[in-house]
Parts: sequence; structure tokens; C-alpha cells
Amino acid sequence: MNSQEGETRPPYREYCGWFEAEDVARIQHKAVQAEALFRTTGITFNVYGAVDGDERLIPFDVVPRIISASEWRRLSRGIEQRVRALNAFLYDIYHRQEILRAGRVPTDLIAGNAAFLPMMMGLDPPGGIYTHISGTDIVRTGANEFYVLEDNARTPSGVSYMLENRETMLQMFPELFAKVPVREVSDYPINLLKSLAACAPPACGGTPTVAVLTPGIHNSAYYEHSFLADHMGAELVEGHDLRVVDGRVAMRTTQGYKAIDVLYRRVDDDFLDPLNFRPDSMLGVPGIWDVYRAGGITIANAPGTGIADDKALYSYMPDIIEFYTGEKALLPNVPTWRCSEPEHLREVLDRLPELVVKEVHGSGGYGMLVGPAASKKELAAFRAKLEANPGNYIAQPTLSLSTVPIFTKKGLAPRHVDLRPFVLMSPQGITITPGGLTRVAMTRGSLVVNSSQGGGTKDTWVLED
Amino acid sequence: MLGKTAGSLFWMARYLERSENNARLIDAGFRIALTRSQTAAAEWKSVLVTAGVNQAFQAAHGDYSSARVIDFLLRDPANPSSILSVIRQARDNARTARTALTRETWEAVNTSWMTLVALLKRQVREDDLPDVLTTIRQQSAQVRGALNGTMLRNDGYHFALLGTYLERADNTARILDVKYYLLLPSVAHIGTSIDNVQWETILRSVSAHRAYRWLYGAEISALKIAEFLILYRQMPRSLTFCSERMENHLNELQRHYGEETEARRMAYALVHDKLNAPIQSIFDGGLHQYVTGFLRDTANLARQVERDYRFVE
Repeated sequence: MNSQEGETRPPYREYCGWFEAEDVARIQHKAVQAEALFRTTGITFNVYGAVDGDERLIPFDVVPRIISASEWRRLSRGIEQRVRALNAFLYDIYHRQEILRAGRVPTDLIAGNAAFLPMMMGLDPPGGIYTHISGTDIVRTGANEFYVLEDNARTPSGVSYMLENRETMLQMFPELFAKVPVREVSDYPINLLKSLAACAPPACGGTPTVAVLTPGIHNSAYYEHSFLADHMGAELVEGHDLRVVDGRVAMRTTQGYKAIDVLYRRVDDDFLDPLNFRPDSMLGVPGIWDVYRAGGITIANAPGTGIADDKALYSYMPDIIEFYTGEKALLPNVPTWRCSEPEHLREVLDRLPELVVKEVHGSGGYGMLVGPAASKKELAAFRAKLEANPGNYIAQPTLSLSTVPIFTKKGLAPRHVDLRPFVLMSPQGITITPGGLTRVAMTRGSLVVNSSQGGGTKDTWVLED
Repeated sequence: MLGKTAGSLFWMARYLERSENNARLIDAGFRIALTRSQTAAAEWKSVLVTAGVNQAFQAAHGDYSSARVIDFLLRDPANPSSILSVIRQARDNARTARTALTRETWEAVNTSWMTLVALLKRQVREDDLPDVLTTIRQQSAQVRGALNGTMLRNDGYHFALLGTYLERADNTARILDVKYYLLLPSVAHIGTSIDNVQWETILRSVSAHRAYRWLYGAEISALKIAEFLILYRQMPRSLTFCSERMENHLNELQRHYGEETEARRMAYALVHDKLNAPIQSIFDGGLHQYVTGFLRDTANLARQVERDYRFVE
């Protein structure tokens, strides 16, 4: 919020003026109200592995994170470039593999990768789109320094928090929105519906029928699945609601089976089709793959997109962007050591206490090491894991992330944050909702923002020009 | 609408209705246990039989002490029909059918669940019981209010109400099924009055002891009570009222979908054959057989609805 000279940065000026004139007790009261609102709405999160943690709230902070119009212009240009490159990369990888032939990305990284789906080779997804929905995780390290932390191209989650956080702020502090010109986010579900419908498969005749596929009410992101289906006016289906009928994937309605044109699936590739992928999966639809191949359904995101958000591949993103767009990456990557390479590994082991080490296929902040915060014992244990299976890890320097204020009992206090803007892609173009999800490390000094690790969220404001 | 969603709305409503009905059964049982300690055990047993959980209770506990029975009915996880189990199932079904519910209805169900989980965290003390039971009924009323006030009158609404009335009819019939013997001797011997406390219990367990007085004054007769609970069209928990509502919602569904169903035909038969008889002839044919037959018919109807509207594959 403050510049290095300690002055309030311009986008925060109006807000701070308001805050200083406010009674802290009133804001405290609103914060409590906001929590009750989240509970009633049922915006809860399941924490895996926790016995009593069946349903928890993600902590919500009432102070918005504010981004100026010009900062946002810069970010959104960089994100758009990145998503276009990812989509072009996926098309290439599943067709002629020019980038491998050109030696810009090692063949091993693709061929030996569990997220690479050989069955997608030569297949053209409807509209040529692989990443219908993606989320780009961004951190800030200085006034004009942004880095991309990772690209989420499988099934990025959190968009319902982006929308509900805004809704809650509008209910709690309506007067603020009259003072500060904040760009709307509420049209995301409609844009999502339009974007998905624009990718209808050849077999679709008429208005496309869109459905959201969820693993069910026990999934940690179920709230989001039902939220999106509800706001799009689409059906929320589970595997056992679906079957293949006359060459189409159809859902069991009260009047019989009805064909689905576009399936926004929130289950992983492995679970999509027990006949063609994991035979023990109960979450998917037997035979959906054959329908997909024949152009009978659009699956969003396309199967096999996971190869694009692999953490080992991440380090090649600057090359990938340049290869497909002919431009330098507008948003830089965080420098990354690939532990699969002996020289990189040696350096990582030498500097372990100052690095962040992540699993290549991990997500949600599980199984990672934050060197500066780790004990000697934890460092030693991780060192052993690294030596045993170096190819499973990448390492990055600990960035000095910028902070934004959160509301605490003692007033405003700085915390580290990241930002996940949500990006929609269809043949009609790319739509980025202004802002996105700001995740915040609620403990002082902590760099881990993942909700599964106690991180919270806050509303994100992009200001009008 | 998905078949699964229709089924979840139907079951959400059934479970919500069941939680309210069980609260009423506990209330009636508790009253007898307080005022007639010598018959308390027998009364609790009949409450458990009515709720369909006597065997489960026997297996887990055995002896019918008030504290044990109340705890079993309110919060025992081993009891699939305990208030806590039932409200959890109602909420799970509401979550599954979330896209077919208005925000207000969903929030009412979710609030209900949160309130009851907090309320039933620990064993309820006897002197707190009346308050707890009142809260359970109030929560149920809030959900009903949200449903009635905000839901579109489409197929989803009709599935939910169909579930409500089916569960309610089943509950009233079960009360009669367990208590029918109390009503028999006084019919055979005209003029002998039936046990005052017992008939009050029956009426109290359907929240109708006052309504009965408005209608029949001080005249307490087994025939009248049975007529009131079975045939009286204005009584919202009578078999006729519930069955007519079921028929109505099945008619609406038929109109909505433009498709003749077997379930609607069965509901029609229930209202126009089974319930279209004077109370005396029901007694003549055997009250117990009549009620057992009704329970079988509604169970068949529920299965048929599930088939007709493809709740499951």
C-alpha cells in the first residue's frame, strides 16, 4: 500500500481517506458480520487430511487490494500474451511438435510427463481451444515488478471467492463503492457461459447445452461448482447422471436423456472416462472419450492441458512465449532451478535454506519447502527427498513479495499476497475479469497464501481510468 | 431438470418434514413421561416404533429411560432418523440440488443445519428440552417460509412439496398404526370414554389438540379423532389433506411435462377410492388393516415417483 518512501500509493488514497475517518469498532463489527454471511451462504472449504476440518471458512479480510488502471493494463496484456502462447503450445505439442523439433523444449519433458496425453495427438478440439478457463498466479515484488508464479491451465479454482468477496464488500460497505470507481466483476458467469457456448462441438444443433461436471458434494471446491452452474443457469452433473446415448453424452433428466454440448468439467483427466483412462474411476462417463474424438462434445478444459501448467515446464515459458508469439514475455518468470539437471540440483542443495522448493506436479501448497521458514530437521528431511528423486522438484529464490494491509484487532498490518486473475478463451477472443482472486498469508511474515495452509482472501479492486 | 436434482429436492423436503415430525413425537412422549412415570417406558417405546427406530434403539441401549430415548432421538449418530442425522441429510440433499433452490431457501436450510448442530452438540438437559424442540420447529418453519415465498412454481417446487406431503402422510399414518388399539375399545363400547391423556398425546403429536377442540368442542370420541386424522380435509396433517396435496402436485408435474404418469394414477386412486369412505366403514373393515394398507400405498407411490421421474438410473 505504501511506497518505499512510506507514502500512500495513489490507488489507495481514496480508500485510506475513508478508512481514517471510520470507527475501527464499526469495521471490526463488519468483519464479524462478513464471516457470518460466508457461513450462511455455505462458502466453505474442505481441508483434506483434517479430522474435524470437514468444513471451514477461508478467512476473509475486509480491506480491498487495489490495482490502478494502468497497472491492470500492463498485467492484462501480459496475461493475454501468456494464455495465447499456452494455447498455441498445446496445439503444437498435440500436433506437429515444432517446438520440440526446434530444440526449444526438451523432448523428455513431454514424452516422460504424466500430464501428457498421447491420445490427444492429432485431435482438434472444437474451436481449436484447449484452455477455455485459466488462472495465472502473479506476485509483485516492487512498484513496477510483477512475476508470474505459475500458470493454472487444468481446472483453476477460486473464481467463486472473487465474486462472493465483491458481493460481501458491496453488502458491508456500499458507501465505499460510491466513492471509489471500481470495475465490475459480476459478469464473469455470463462471460463464462458465452465463452463455453462459443466452443460448441460440430454435433451441436441450435443453442448449446452447457453443463458443469463435479465430483460431488464432498469435493473441496463443490461450492464453486454449484455456484458457477447456478449463475450460468447450467445443470450441475455428476458422472452417474451421464451416459453415452446415440453417440452423444447425455444427462438423465426427469424426462429422459438429454444431450450435452459443452461440458465444463471440474474433474481431472484421469477420472474422465473409466473405459479409456482409470478403470476404477466413478467420477466420469464411460465412453465420453469416443464421443469427444468424434466431435460429439466439447470438454473444457481440453484433456491433456495439464502438460502446460507443469512446474518443470514453467521454466521454459519465456521460450515458449517467444516461439509462438515472436515477442518477449511481457511478464517475467521467477528464475527457476530444475532439479532434474545435476548442476541445478547441486546449486539448490547448496542454497537450500534460502530457496522455495516445490513438487513438479504438486498444488495447493502441499509438499513444498520454504527454506527460510524451515527448521534444521525439516531441511535435512527435504534434502534427503531431493537427493532421492531430484526430477520431482523445482526450486525458486524466495522473493521479497510486496505487502498489502489487512485488518487486525490492532489496526492495519502488512501481509504478503498473490493474485490470480481468471482468463476465458474462445474463438471469439480472450476475456480477463478485471482483478481476480487475491490470496493473503494471514500470519505475519508468512509467504504461503494457499487456503489449505491457512491463507485467506480479500476483494480485489481494479480502478476505472 | 436432472432426475437426481428432482430426487434431492424430494428427499430434502422429506427429511425436513421428518425432523419436525420427530420433534413433535418427542414433545408428546416427554409430556407423558413427566406426568405418568409408570407408563413412560411403554410410551417411549411407541414413540420409537412410530419413528421406525425401535430396533436400532434396542440394539444400542435396551432400556427405555427418558434421557436415553431423548438423546437417541435427538442426536445419536447410530440413529439414521435422529434429528441431527435427518437435518444433515436434508442439507446434503439441498447442497446436491443447490442449483434448483433460491438463495433464500438454501440459506434457510443451511442456517437450520448450523443452528441444530450447535444446539445438539451436547446432551440436552430435560429442562432445556422444550426450548430445543421449539427451535427445531421454528427452523423448519423458516425453511418452509423461504420455499413458499421465493421458489418459482416449477417442477422443482412440486417435487419438494410432493416429498413434504408424502412424509407427513406417512407420519400421521404411523402414529395411527401404533396407537390404533387405544381407539378400538371405545368404539365397541359406545359411551365409554377413552383415556384422556392418551388421546391428547395423539393429537399433540400432530399439533392438533387445539384444532380438535375448535371443531368438536369437549366431545372426545375415538370415531371423531380417527375421522379428524384420516378424513378431515381442512386438517393439514390428515391423510386426506396430504393425499390431495400429493395428487395436486403430481397433476401439476403432469401438466408441466405433458406426460401421463403411473404415480399420478396411484395418487388419484388414493384420494378417490381409499380415502373416499365414511369413518364408520373404515372401522368396520378394521382400522389397523386400513392404516397398514395406506402405509403400503404411500410407500409404493414414493417408489413409483422415483421411477417415473428417473431419480436414479
